[in-house]
Amino acid sequence: MATELQTLSTLAPGAHAVVAELRLAPESRGRLLEMGMLVGTAIELIRFAPLGDPVEIKIRGYHLSLRRQDADQILVRLR
Amino acid sequence: MSATDSSTPGFVAKSPSPYVVLTGNPNCGKTTLFNTLTGLRARVGNYPGVTVERKEGPLQGAAQDIRVLDLPGTYSLSPQSLDEQVARDVLFHRLPEVPPPALVVIVIDASNLQRNLYFATQVIELGYPTFLALNMVDVASDNGISIQVEQLSRALCVPVFPIVASNGTGVPALIQAIASRATQPASTSAPRLFCELSRNYGLEAEKLTESLEKSFPETRYQALAEALLVLSDDRIVRSSPGRYPPALLAQIADARARLESQGVDWRSVPIEARYARVSAIEQMVATAAPMDVESTTDKIDRVLTDRVWGLVIFVAIMALMFQSIFTLAETPKSWIEWAVGSIGRWVSTQMSPGPLNELIELGVFKGAGAVAVFLPQICLLFFFIGLLEDTGYMARAAFLMDRLMSKVGLHGKSFIPMLSSFACAIPGIMAARTIESPKDRLVTILVAPLMSCSARLPVYTLLIAACIPKVRIAGVLQLSGLVMLAMYLLGVVVALGMAWLFKRTLLKGPTPMLILELPPYKRPLLRVVLRHMWERAKLFLKRAGTVILGINILLWFLASYPKDRVAEARFEQQITAMQSTSAARGVSTQESELAMSQLKKAEAGRRLRESFAGRLGRGIEPLIRPLGFDWKIGIGIIASFAAREVFVSTMSLVYNVGEIDRGSDLGLQTLAQKLHEQKASDGGAQYRPRVALSLMVFYVFALQCVSTVAIVRRETNTWRWPIFQWVYMGVLAWGFSFATYHILPWFGLS
Repeated sequence: MATELQTLSTLAPGAHAVVAELRLAPESRGRLLEMGMLVGTAIELIRFAPLGDPVEIKIRGYHLSLRRQDADQILVRLR
Repeated sequence: MSATDSSTPGFVAKSPSPYVVLTGNPNCGKTTLFNTLTGLRARVGNYPGVTVERKEGPLQGAAQDIRVLDLPGTYSLSPQSLDEQVARDVLFHRLPEVPPPALVVIVIDASNLQRNLYFATQVIELGYPTFLALNMVDVASDNGISIQVEQLSRALCVPVFPIVASNGTGVPALIQAIASRATQPASTSAPRLFCELSRNYGLEAEKLTESLEKSFPETRYQALAEALLVLSDDRIVRSSPGRYPPALLAQIADARARLESQGVDWRSVPIEARYARVSAIEQMVATAAPMDVESTTDKIDRVLTDRVWGLVIFVAIMALMFQSIFTLAETPKSWIEWAVGSIGRWVSTQMSPGPLNELIELGVFKGAGAVAVFLPQICLLFFFIGLLEDTGYMARAAFLMDRLMSKVGLHGKSFIPMLSSFACAIPGIMAARTIESPKDRLVTILVAPLMSCSARLPVYTLLIAACIPKVRIAGVLQLSGLVMLAMYLLGVVVALGMAWLFKRTLLKGPTPMLILELPPYKRPLLRVVLRHMWERAKLFLKRAGTVILGINILLWFLASYPKDRVAEARFEQQITAMQSTSAARGVSTQESELAMSQLKKAEAGRRLRESFAGRLGRGIEPLIRPLGFDWKIGIGIIASFAAREVFVSTMSLVYNVGEIDRGSDLGLQTLAQKLHEQKASDGGAQYRPRVALSLMVFYVFALQCVSTVAIVRRETNTWRWPIFQWVYMGVLAWGFSFATYHILPWFGLS
């Protein structure tokens, strides 16, 4: 079941994964944690914006969008 | 609910009306509920010293005066923005002008329970009497979620009211409950926590709680909640300058160090514990039917954020919005101008002639007209923005545009303020309120007036008609059209460049990460949109209107004083002489009227040239001579500080063409012809193409608009930024005009 870690931005639209690690600076990490993106949270990549950035994800039943550069710092494990 | 009485003395004396505070996540329907609770009597103001909106109104249908305060949407008590900081400060009773809440009503979105409960439990821990308004139960049930209200109430230890704020379902019961609870004596309940902490963490939190209780005895019942917040988040301490004494700060640092040495992540532990608790509560109270069908929002989003269609629809919506501000606003604008002008003239006929009469008609009424003409554009823009926000499309617009705007360091939400500024910078700058990050908002405000607004159009048109030869380029393109396009592009390019520069220098700092929620789409409520529009219009009239009116009166004074009694008496004599001769000789009325009007135009021109404004225009001549401008253009520049389009009417006075009605093409052509004929001292044309281009470039950059200065003053709450903006744009204007005037001859254009 355990697959390799990959960054959030390398997921394909429609892929389901689980958050494994947040490598962001503590400053930015705090708000993401409060928004419910914790280690172990299920996450679905919905789509990339038409211009390629930002990325739209779904966590805890709602939709959130993050820039690629930040999504690159979020490691996930495919489900 | 165990209620320990700790009513705060002094509160009753300060304000006899109890305060009910409305709080919740963004997009939870809080504002819609607030509108229903307060009806049309709510007022919008600002919290002192910051530009965060304070919305407040009396509770409808209550026997006693109960104030309802709508806090800005908040994700957590650890503030990330100024909005959230104000919400936190009100909830911790740190603002002296807001009494402690007699009741807190937390609004949560039933279709997004976990994240909403995260904030709700934080607020419940503060110990105020609390109600939970479970909003959008209809959306939740559409999504197959049903929530057991009784169980939720038991789990949270607060009364829960299921409502649908958009159609009013369940709201009367909530109003009744609020009215009866808020009038009971203020009380606070014993602290309770909604996160189970590990033993180590719990001990540290307890120690800190004791110290906080000692330091702040008046909020002792909130000490535990505060201890958890300060222990787990740096933002709390940083956003409360001066609150925590050094000894306490040292204690916090020590506690964190101890936890770290035990391998505990002091930042994430309380958040994880709280989410564990709220997901347990959700599992207990919510039953979700398995739903494999795509939700309506997902279906809409597949089109609206599609690679091709998403962009096409976005461009279409923006084009429609921009076109309406640009064109639809023109008709009501001319009505307003006509109406204010007519009333002014009527009032002046009712008074005896004299300086007071002139002040009323030309100063006060013209100034009031200058304020009122902005209303159609402001109303239209905010109607659209309200519509985009209420449907949920605004977040998608930011999602689509973020890539472009982030290239210059801005946020996707800066796009609409910048676009609107092509019609007028005033509504554009007001629209920047939708940008949460204060730095991004300030940068947007600083560069927005560089977009060529509709007031520049008459200036460009006049100068192009007067000085740009009517030739075609490559057989199809009119040179005049290309020049116009070049002016617009010049503004855009420099605006983006300046934004980039400001973000790297003056307003440097770590760019806050983009965390943009894409809320579900919903049907817009017309009353919400119209109310939003009306609030903006009122805000503009109240805040900026007074300043604009004042400066317009000052500019009128500068353009009409001092009076030259001798010259005026001579003018009166000439008029009477002309009247009597034409009456005696029986000359055709047409001829005498023509002579009369020419005499009047000459007199009006003389008055302006000899006024303070005229003298100032001469005074600044050395400064503008290097740009190719003479003192007559100087007068135009000085007078058009009221508004750029005033340049046209001022020039017509300067050249004795008489006052030009706005929108009258004939007058503009006459003036253009007149300018075209002007000879410079060397015998060549005064308005050579390079002078005209230099002047147009000057108007692209110079902040020639008191209304913009006034609104920036209001929106940034200080004179520092509008002054800085005026200076930097002035420097740009001078520099670019100078370059235009001196570089064009290299290309054979004199």
